[in-house]
Amino acid sequence: MKKFINQRPGRAFKLLLGIAPFVLLLLLYVMGSDARLEVNPNDKLLPSMSQIADGLERMAFEPSKRSGEYLFWQDTASSLTRLSLGILIAAMLGLLIGLVTGALPMISASLSPLLTVVSLIPPLAILPILFIVFGLGEVSKVVLIAIGITPFIARDIQRRTQEIPFEQLVKAQSLGANTSQIMIRVLLPQIMPKLFDAVRLSLGAGWLFLIAAEAVAATDGLGYRIFLVRRYMAMDVILPYVAWITILAFLIDVSLRELTKKLFPWYVQGGKS
Amino acid sequence: MSEANQDTTPMIQVNQVWKQYDDNIVLERLNKTVDEGEFVTLVGASGCGKSTFLNMLLGTEQPSKGEILLDGKPIPNEAGSDRGIVFQQYSVFPHMTVLENVMATCGFQRPGITGYLFGSGRSAAREAAELILEQVGLSQALKKYPHELSGGMRQRLALAQALLGKPRILLLDESFGALDPGIRSDMHDLVLNLWSEHKLTVFMVTHDLKEGFYLGTRLWVFDKLRHDPQAPQRFGAVITYDLPVGHMDQTTYQQIDDHLRPIPAHAG
Repeated sequence: MKKFINQRPGRAFKLLLGIAPFVLLLLLYVMGSDARLEVNPNDKLLPSMSQIADGLERMAFEPSKRSGEYLFWQDTASSLTRLSLGILIAAMLGLLIGLVTGALPMISASLSPLLTVVSLIPPLAILPILFIVFGLGEVSKVVLIAIGITPFIARDIQRRTQEIPFEQLVKAQSLGANTSQIMIRVLLPQIMPKLFDAVRLSLGAGWLFLIAAEAVAATDGLGYRIFLVRRYMAMDVILPYVAWITILAFLIDVSLRELTKKLFPWYVQGGKS
Repeated sequence: MSEANQDTTPMIQVNQVWKQYDDNIVLERLNKTVDEGEFVTLVGASGCGKSTFLNMLLGTEQPSKGEILLDGKPIPNEAGSDRGIVFQQYSVFPHMTVLENVMATCGFQRPGITGYLFGSGRSAAREAAELILEQVGLSQALKKYPHELSGGMRQRLALAQALLGKPRILLLDESFGALDPGIRSDMHDLVLNLWSEHKLTVFMVTHDLKEGFYLGTRLWVFDKLRHDPQAPQRFGAVITYDLPVGHMDQTTYQQIDDHLRPIPAHAG
């Protein structure tokens, strides 16, 4: 018998081990829901699977009585637009700031202290300021996501840039490269996969800021809907929405990972020198 | 060789060079001249400052006192295209294929913001790159990424890359130190060929005294002459031997060998 630390599950067994907790949680939920509904058929806290399906169908496949829109898809589209815009802006700004401060000590001397201080400001604390400055429309929500994530991405990219071996910079110079050529041909391509990693890591924070902003002031969006129906304790809507957000987050993460593999084969296979 | 060219200015003049980090004196009282076309091998125990000396030629470090002149002018204090370098590792760009790695040299050679090549410049670069890759024996691996290459192939790539930059001086900083002995001697043959073909001046740092004895035209041994056991950092290393290669007898070899207390071939 091998020591426990050396034991590894086979392929099928690993899959089984991975699925088991999900099944177990679902089972526990169904049992709890049944038990509560048996005592009080009007209980709203743990709706049954069929109630959840009804709630989902009402939101996703029946036009809203008020506006005639399919709210679930409308909410999804609004939220994803805000999230992707915010993250795209953050990624581009973060890449630019991180690369410049990571590569150029003269710029870093001036920007790094500022970046450190800005990254310590809790983004949600300035949400009111954003609402005052940009109004309650789309801009303030996108700006909150961008402001919330940019410092993280910028600092990560800065560190990654500094981690690129000094030898490579010297080598490029000994081949005749100037500053911008080094940054564009040597540093930037090596930083791009790290940017994808940084974006993947910051997605969680992105969702947090999105839902917070939508909860405070919005007329649609996944976060808005959850906080709206909370007033009626509509767990049959909240639960599928939360599950949907989780699935979306998972899909975005997986597609970014696959995109990294496709775009940067040398990175995934561990090219270092 | 240095005797023959006495009427012309030597390519490199090392005048009273000292190097110290705070109180730690690494090198002291270096005075040397090197002519164009020489192949100088630098040996010494680890930490004796031979790599520091190479970095001063490269321009990434500066002498604390004294000066190093290239063609009578102080050597620039940053790396430049007249001095090629092959490090022991991290010498090639991991995100470029073999061909791209070498073609990048052509992009870096011309002024420009991005260093990317287009049109005729690109096809010319491609031709030049393929030619030099054939010389170093990498024609079969054009589309591979560096991490797919063996250590020896990666160093061949680094050499090809450096040579396409047409440097006058080629610096080898223990470039082959991490390779297997068989591959290492292949690399030595390659370097000797390239050296005569491209009319280079070569400085090669190695910790293997044998390499120094059979390669190139000149051997420099770095060692501490003065030693204070109470303050080992008090005195720096000097060049204790400056020998023309090929005219040495076994006793000299043994003498230096004993003196250096050589470290195992794979250390440092």
